[in-house]
Amino acid sequence: MKKKLSTGEMVSRLLAGDRRAAARLITLVENEMDDHHEVMSLVYPYTGKAMILGITGAGGAGKSTLTDHLIGKFREQGKKVGVVVVDPSSPFSGGAFLGDRIRLQSHSQDDGVYIRSMASRGYLGGLSRATYDVIRIMEAMGNEVVIVETLGAGQDEVDVIHIAHTCLVVVTPGMGDDIQAMKAGIMEIADIIVLNKADLDGTDRSLRHLQGALTAGSFEEGAWMPRVVPTVSTANKPEDLQGIDELAATIAEHQTYLRKTRAIDRVRYDRVEQELGLIFKDELQKIIFKGLKGTGKKREYINSIIEQKNDPYSVVEEVLNTYLLPWE
Amino acid sequence: MATIKKIKVLVTKVGLDGHDRGAKVVSSLLKEAGMEVIYLGMFQRPESIVKAAIDEDVDVIGLSYLSGEHLIFTPKVVEEMRKNNVDDVLLIAGGTFPAEDIPAMEEMGIDKVFRAGSLTESIVDYINDHVEE
Ligand code: B12
Ligand SMILES: Nc1nc2c(ncn2[C@@H]2O[C@H](COP(=O)(O)OP(=O)(O)OP(=O)(O)O)[C@@H](O)[C@H]2O)c(=O)[nH]1
Ligand SMILES: [Mg+2]
Repeated sequence: MKKKLSTGEMVSRLLAGDRRAAARLITLVENEMDDHHEVMSLVYPYTGKAMILGITGAGGAGKSTLTDHLIGKFREQGKKVGVVVVDPSSPFSGGAFLGDRIRLQSHSQDDGVYIRSMASRGYLGGLSRATYDVIRIMEAMGNEVVIVETLGAGQDEVDVIHIAHTCLVVVTPGMGDDIQAMKAGIMEIADIIVLNKADLDGTDRSLRHLQGALTAGSFEEGAWMPRVVPTVSTANKPEDLQGIDELAATIAEHQTYLRKTRAIDRVRYDRVEQELGLIFKDELQKIIFKGLKGTGKKREYINSIIEQKNDPYSVVEEVLNTYLLPWE
Repeated sequence: MATIKKIKVLVTKVGLDGHDRGAKVVSSLLKEAGMEVIYLGMFQRPESIVKAAIDEDVDVIGLSYLSGEHLIFTPKVVEEMRKNNVDDVLLIAGGTFPAEDIPAMEEMGIDKVFRAGSLTESIVDYINDHVEE
């Protein structure tokens, strides 16, 4: 039996930095258990101060390996670090293989580091639906930095931009030089492009392409110009690692830029707007399906759409006009 | 409310045993059975296993043994769990070892042992039946 503490008690322990309370609360939120909303209302006032670092990029590019090094850099500065790592759920079984911890081991005995693996559970955009709330919980736990590693298909994992203050996109040499890389929306969200595996052939060429593409882009006066930082994040000897210090310094520079220009206000606004939109979507759907429950209407609507007597847009409009106040 | 509970399993190996094929096979079987598997890999210490289990709030810890270290490391993992009050997590093990050792392993605190040749269903069913809601 999992011990039952009251929600309030668990949240007080969380605020004191208790990792087991954090772990239980995250499960509660992830599984959308009954106290989910209460937990988030209690937690919310203690959030909003951490630096949130997003790390995205294709599968196997080196996101976790880099994260492991960056955790070390933040720990050197005495900062507590929370990490959320998202991997895909199987669309068939609903199960998942969450393997990032293999490369997140340097700090496995450090109490100042809390790492949580999450399955996407069908949510698109590179995160899981619960990720937004889990980051808040990690902030309330007292982590001054929260790192979010998205799942890595390298396609559309762009939702992290709505949460992260600083967004890293990790690429590797030869990876679809210029055109492909630049077209994908994923490159547009980068504050810093990390060219990882700079020990491999083709690094110089990729570096030139990336830098060329960035200088070709147009940027507003005073806006942040995305940087390319080449890194080597695996090596037999620590002194053979490359670019990690530069990467940490570039992240710090971006943070300074955000504060100085107040660009951070926009990031904060965007994050809350995104959260609000998602909650409205979820809750409205719940309210409406709950209202239809037992009336047989839902089935009627679905069948009428299948039989082409109706279409989903008209159905939604009709239901909204019936069950909610027509605001327009 | 529509609660979406998934069973979470931590699969890992203690000590210097470098046979990870079985652990990976079991991980994918459990994934295919709809569970969320946190794969921690090889060469773990009891401390790192238990800490990961707490952080990830898992329902099950699964140990894989193929190098004859099952009787040495099992008590260490169990002791570390006890020290950290991890008393609501199922501990299971599998791999290659003499059948005669199973009673000793269970005596030490493993809830259930699955040797090579164990049927997938038996592992999945056992977990489904023994993880509490
Ligand atoms: C393949 C293999 C290797 C490969 C490993 C590749 C890898 N990455 O895994 C290589 C060639 C590297 C290797 C090396 C060695 N090996 Co070797 N190896 C084997 C062999 C032939 C098969 C193991 C295997 O992969 N089976 C297939 C998998 C799918 O089956 P499985 O692991 O049993 O898993 C199943 C179940 O047991 C169960 N299960 C397993 N784990 C878990 C966990 C949980 C939670 C659950 C529920 C179930 C479960 O489910 C799985 C699916 O049914 C075995 C022989 C054997 N009979 O096991 C020897 C064996 C394990 N190796 C042995 C030895 C001695 C060695 C070496 C020391 C040889 C040497 N002198 O160099 C090295 C040591 C390497 C090291 N650092 O540890 C001995 C171990 C003897 C002992 N008990 O002390 C064995 C038993 C061979 C023998 N009869 O002597 N080996
Ligand atoms: N040669 C080389 N290999 C690297 C480097 N960085 C990471 N790797 C290797 O690349 C592989 C993938 O690294 P991960 O850190 O797991 O990559 P990831 O982007 O987190 O992968 P997913 O989470 O699966 O998307 C591992 O085998 C690493 O050892 C590097 O700088 N050079
Ligand atoms: Mg990873």
